Amino acid sequence: MVDKVGAVLVVGGGIAGMQASLDLADSGYKVYLLDKSPNIGGAMSQLDKTFPTNDCAMCIMAPKLVETGRHHNIELLTGASLEAVQGSPGNFLVTIKKTARKVDETKCTGCGLCTNFCPVEVPDEYNVGLVTRKAIYVKYPQAVPAVVSIDLEHCIGCGICEGQCEAEAIIYDQEEHMMDIEVGSIVVAPGFDLFDLARKPQYGYGVYPNVLSSLELERMLSATGPHAGMVLRPSDGEVPRNIAFIQCVGSRDKQIGNTYCSSVCCMFSIKEAIIAKEHTPGLEAHIFFMDMRAYGKEFDAYYSRAEEEHGIRFTRGNRISSVEEDPVTHNLFMTYVDGADLKTEEFDIVVLSVGTEAPVDTDKLKQVLGIDLNAHSFCETNIFDPLSTSEPGIYVCGAFSSPKDIPDSVAQASGAAAMASSHISTERNKLVEIREFPPEKDISDEDSRIGAFICHCGINIGGVVDVPAVVEYAKTLPNVVYAEDNVYTCSQDTQSKIVETIKEHNLNRVIVASCTPRTHAPLFMNTIRDGGLNPYLFEMANIREHCSWVHSKEPEKATQKAKDLVRMAVAKAALLEPIPPIKISIAKSALIIGGGIAGMTAALGIADQGFDAYLVEKKDELGGMTRRIHFALSGEDVQARMNELIDKVKSNERVHVYTKAKIKDIEGFIGSFMTTLEHEGEEKQIRHGVVLVATGGIELKPDEYLYGEDPRVVTQLEYEDMLTNGGLKEGTKSVAMIQCVGSRKEERPYCSRICCTETIKNALKTKEMMPDANVYVFHRDMRTYGFRENYYREAAEKGVVFVRYYPENPPKLTVNDGKLELTAKDPFLDEEIVVSPDVVMLAVATLPNADNEDLSTFLKIPLTKDKFFLEAHMKLRPVDFATEGVFLCGLAHSPKFVEECLAQANAAVSRATTILAQEELELEATKSCVIDAKCDGCAYCVDPCPYDAITLIEYMSDGAVKKTVDVDETACKGCGVCQATCPKEGIFVRGFTLDQINAMIEAALEVT
Amino acid sequence: MADFEPKIVGFLCNWCSYAGADLAGVSRFQYPTNVRVVRVMCSARVDPSIIMEMFLQGADGVFVGGCHIGDCHYITGNHYTEKRMKLVRKLLEKVGMSRQRFRLEWVSASEGVRFAGIMKDFAELIKEIGPNPVVGDSPDMAKMEKLFIAKNVLEDFRLRALVNKQVEFLEKGNVYGKKLDEEELDKILYDALTVEFDRAVILWKTRREPLSVKAISEATNIPPDRVLDEIANLRRRDLIKLDRIEGQSPLYISQGFEV
Repeated sequence: MVDKVGAVLVVGGGIAGMQASLDLADSGYKVYLLDKSPNIGGAMSQLDKTFPTNDCAMCIMAPKLVETGRHHNIELLTGASLEAVQGSPGNFLVTIKKTARKVDETKCTGCGLCTNFCPVEVPDEYNVGLVTRKAIYVKYPQAVPAVVSIDLEHCIGCGICEGQCEAEAIIYDQEEHMMDIEVGSIVVAPGFDLFDLARKPQYGYGVYPNVLSSLELERMLSATGPHAGMVLRPSDGEVPRNIAFIQCVGSRDKQIGNTYCSSVCCMFSIKEAIIAKEHTPGLEAHIFFMDMRAYGKEFDAYYSRAEEEHGIRFTRGNRISSVEEDPVTHNLFMTYVDGADLKTEEFDIVVLSVGTEAPVDTDKLKQVLGIDLNAHSFCETNIFDPLSTSEPGIYVCGAFSSPKDIPDSVAQASGAAAMASSHISTERNKLVEIREFPPEKDISDEDSRIGAFICHCGINIGGVVDVPAVVEYAKTLPNVVYAEDNVYTCSQDTQSKIVETIKEHNLNRVIVASCTPRTHAPLFMNTIRDGGLNPYLFEMANIREHCSWVHSKEPEKATQKAKDLVRMAVAKAALLEPIPPIKISIAKSALIIGGGIAGMTAALGIADQGFDAYLVEKKDELGGMTRRIHFALSGEDVQARMNELIDKVKSNERVHVYTKAKIKDIEGFIGSFMTTLEHEGEEKQIRHGVVLVATGGIELKPDEYLYGEDPRVVTQLEYEDMLTNGGLKEGTKSVAMIQCVGSRKEERPYCSRICCTETIKNALKTKEMMPDANVYVFHRDMRTYGFRENYYREAAEKGVVFVRYYPENPPKLTVNDGKLELTAKDPFLDEEIVVSPDVVMLAVATLPNADNEDLSTFLKIPLTKDKFFLEAHMKLRPVDFATEGVFLCGLAHSPKFVEECLAQANAAVSRATTILAQEELELEATKSCVIDAKCDGCAYCVDPCPYDAITLIEYMSDGAVKKTVDVDETACKGCGVCQATCPKEGIFVRGFTLDQINAMIEAALEVT
Repeated sequence: MADFEPKIVGFLCNWCSYAGADLAGVSRFQYPTNVRVVRVMCSARVDPSIIMEMFLQGADGVFVGGCHIGDCHYITGNHYTEKRMKLVRKLLEKVGMSRQRFRLEWVSASEGVRFAGIMKDFAELIKEIGPNPVVGDSPDMAKMEKLFIAKNVLEDFRLRALVNKQVEFLEKGNVYGKKLDEEELDKILYDALTVEFDRAVILWKTRREPLSVKAISEATNIPPDRVLDEIANLRRRDLIKLDRIEGQSPLYISQGFEV
């Protein structure tokens, strides 16, 4: 038995790597986050917007970047590579090579001065070479760590940057070095690389200037891109009139070997087309594609809006063969199929929707980690174990195991974190730093005594703003008893200085005038805690980002503004009050609703983390919908695995199973829920800290295509049962499968995601059992994304006939002379096709569980218009609810495959563990607070609260009924919408009170 | 006027527009120094009455920045901001102040260059419009009065309730499940705003000395028949009372103007 280590190595600092690291670090493990790049952020940092919500990518990602960079349990190893791994699960010895950044990461403040003076310009990879960067650089403005690095390939060694650096952070003689770390498990999340477009010369990429890759267009669309968001033709800088997208470049392509589907490019192009149109008045956008793979949650609605509201043209069934250019105008020509016709059209810009490939260093990962790769050099995984590599103790998430979008990557990342920690859960909290603070000083009887620390930030502030003058000014302000300037207020020695000064001058409030509170407030808040002050007795004035950096040519006015900002901060600080921490104790157990494959996996995951799991199932047996799936696409026996899983669940002493149970009520909040169950005729109460919703889905019983009238018409699951249990009659000559029955139509506009692949699976099985039988598939788009595409290809090669239909003209099924007759119109041949199948299989929609509505009320968790549950954030919080302590997984979220349910189930476990791992949960203390004397119970604040945190209550006071509102502090997030609603000043948010804001305004407008 | 440096206060939400302003800094996009930023967690925290208060205190321009619609960190916060700020614009019109002195923009964390551009535009625009008329050596007392009244109107129950319900009506529909369109809602809101503003003006004018309908109408430019209607309404709520009748003219005095 080896000694286990409570640390995890995460390889790759993209969105998946960051999510895995944050979950692990929040659950009490030490995390080493390795990235070969000098700054983390990965591919998502290059995105302008994200589908299907058009969220600004950086807006949603920046808080995660900052959190990862600042987390006391996460150590960033940037510019690093994995060299060797020895040992076994629980105890790996990992050798890492750190390249020479030539910059002291602890000293560099990321001010960027060196970059301004560096004389070397090279193409900027972050902007795909559309602009240049310097040889000493930071990858992108919001990068973490906010530290420059020298690009040795291009640095000419002039020495200028060293001379400019006030922080003395440049170290030219820094050498690359090796380091060893010990970890208990490893999570690999190296992401993906893009297909090399030079391998498809017929599209003229790199030759015709107006042929762009989709990533180049993305950078153009970004406000931080080459033209501040404008789309311009590279050949002449003109605004394009029209733009064409060619899909599947480097994907679904046997010729170049990438037979798989890259899964994200269809949606990516739709998004780019929408945004490009928004940024370019009058632009026409035209997308040429084979099948539109809008298979994810809310994707089809996005696709429809693109077509109907944004007027984007979609032409399906097209693999464009080549692009031609007029050498004079540089306009581009493409020939395409439109129905039964061939057309040629001229475009100003052609965008190649570039496919994804395994990361370039995949072979090295294989060699160092010993993990198996699949035929396409992606990490090999199994559908029952989608987050494990072939090596025990080494887990995988994100695009490395198959191309995937951000929410699937994030769910996998959390899931991999749960897997990685499950076998070292005994080592939790052993390697992490727990910061101890001195007891808080009682300042309630004291007048405000403010200390002001004004930062030069080298010459970043001091070079523009007259910092000593600001200090002298600060000393004249009311309540300021001490002021000083610092070269770097954020440096370690200044922190000690602040602590000493608080004691020496008996300060009870502190302001720092330096940079942005968004990154630095947490540092200083902890510093004043070290000085015995409540962390909320702190205020910041941003005299760098909002002053010296943006007014660098107006030093006098900038100095005046800095004084004003300090005056405003001091005015607010004088009114700051200590905010008591909100701590809640955590019941170390989880309620899991739904005993299908997701719920069972989640229950085992919770148990593996060392907590109790209460698994509630309304039916009399466990298994859910997966009970009806017999074999997987790749051939595995699903029921054998299900039986193993059920046995494991039943025999695990931490898992408490309640079948045939009904939830009567759920009360309480994060850390302390109380659920009332009706089980075996008795009511039972369970106390638990978190809730995992895994209510699953059901198969639609259709009311079309003679279903229920003719026994030869069956659903997909019924057909699978026939294939397995001999229900298919011998001598079956012809089988017809109809796609999108009940999906993608007006009353149910979503795509059910799994049915295309399940049809392929059944078609292949049918062909295997009866090679002579004809199998016809009538479909709208085949949505076999990822490696599932390979099976689609195989089915076509084995003679399965695929016929496309349009929704306005679906196939018609009749009985003629006792025989089934199916008629459809082939849009490409413009001909009618008639077949006489012996069996018709309907690929029917997956429906949400009918119980979802009740649960939605019990737990205050929202549903989508399709009645699946709506997560907290569609991109970055796929298994969380906005209601804290409640999580979801599996079909409750949206239709998905077994492997995706398992990833989400583990993800929900990981998210839940970040709470259950703590003895006490400390909530953000800046909450809404009611002044009962002022509140008259008008309840205007109740509806606008986005978290349902406010309720109207009544109580008896002086013999009369008094109405007032009550804030649930566990639900409130402190946005303040209630405060701006209240006509009586009866509710306020701590840290942003009316008085504090008024004081700032008064200070801002004071005549000086 | 050449050396007029406008005082501009900007409320920026922590998650998007404050981050956009930070990015402007990191990218060194230059803009004039006039704006003084107050960070709030969400633009929905900005009470519309606080904007009137700022103009009363001498702000030459007020800026509010939030996340783009759909991007709000607090899900629906900026929907409320949008509706509330509509009221501000409308009331500035009634006060007779240029509505351009107030600006609401959605700025994302990646729109540093846009933030700088907006700040530059806004500062230039305010320079053109000139100093806030209610402060300085010869303040426009009539406008100051109206600003004060506008602030009070914004603190009123009725408008706050209506503006809140706008979001709900638009998104979820009313209690009968009927969704109202924006134009319809705006009309309801603006009508209420006009009425409440006029009522407040009447109360203000009659706060010290009793006045007749005619005299009120002359002092306020509200047609006499409307003044009479509103006096009737205000009397029912005991906010104004008949003081005496002089000749043919009843004189009314307000029952304390809430300050």
